[in-house]
Amino acid sequence: MSWKNSRHLLLHIYRARGIARRYFITNGFDGALTMLGLLAGFYSRGTVPLPVAMSGCLGAAIALFMSGITSAYLSESAERKKELQELEQAVLTDLEDSDYGQASRYVPVMVALVNGLSPLLLSLVIISPLWLAQQSFPLNFPPILTAIIIALAVTFLLGIFLGRVGRTFWLWSGLRSLAVALLTLIIILFFNSGPK
Amino acid sequence: MATIRKLVLDVLKPHQPNALDFAATLAELGADYRVRLTVTEMDEKTESTILVITGQDIGFEAIDEAIKQMGASLHSIDEVEVYGTLPVSE
Repeated sequence: MSWKNSRHLLLHIYRARGIARRYFITNGFDGALTMLGLLAGFYSRGTVPLPVAMSGCLGAAIALFMSGITSAYLSESAERKKELQELEQAVLTDLEDSDYGQASRYVPVMVALVNGLSPLLLSLVIISPLWLAQQSFPLNFPPILTAIIIALAVTFLLGIFLGRVGRTFWLWSGLRSLAVALLTLIIILFFNSGPK
Repeated sequence: MATIRKLVLDVLKPHQPNALDFAATLAELGADYRVRLTVTEMDEKTESTILVITGQDIGFEAIDEAIKQMGASLHSIDEVEVYGTLPVSE
């Protein structure tokens, strides 16, 4: 396919960036809050060995990656197929080899990658203090507490990103996301505050 | 061999690419192609258009392929101007 011919295909993919951005934020938020929940649970118990916490968080991150990739691919490819069929009925021709047909195959893959990688990468950033502590890297705070602080920071940054997308005041949007994360943290700590 | 100098095509296209992009893509297929696109009808998903393409030697196959590539369908060839030999310049 020549550059001239692929230009319209790239435009189709470019137009899908809004969907990808939405998936990045929603599943990124899922990843950050899941890690926050796990870490808060480990923190409230106090005596969880670091390798156990690390394995638990990594397992959840991989599960989020797999879930994100498969769910987005299946739903997005079904949507694209439906749209393509409707357009084929409208123009009365087979569009499988057209830019529309190719976009209906590439866009779900792109969106699925974004949906799977966003929780995985954010989770890896959040649990990085656990890995650093395992490598005997000196940390100012206990590793789980450091990871919780990073999880709060990540949700705050996601909120800022959301604010920029929605063209609202970035600090307000960031603080709103942070408030959700703090509320989650408080609820988890409240339910885990019983006898250890 | 006969050369095509003018084509009038009835094409049904989706809204994207828009008329400008659609015509420009076809015009880029030949160095001297001139493309005039007129939207005659529009509905929820498609636009009926009349394409007038002029050039010294129009490649119909390439035009047809580009139309299909952009998700449109060629309904009919409404008018052609074909020269058997190069016309004597006036």
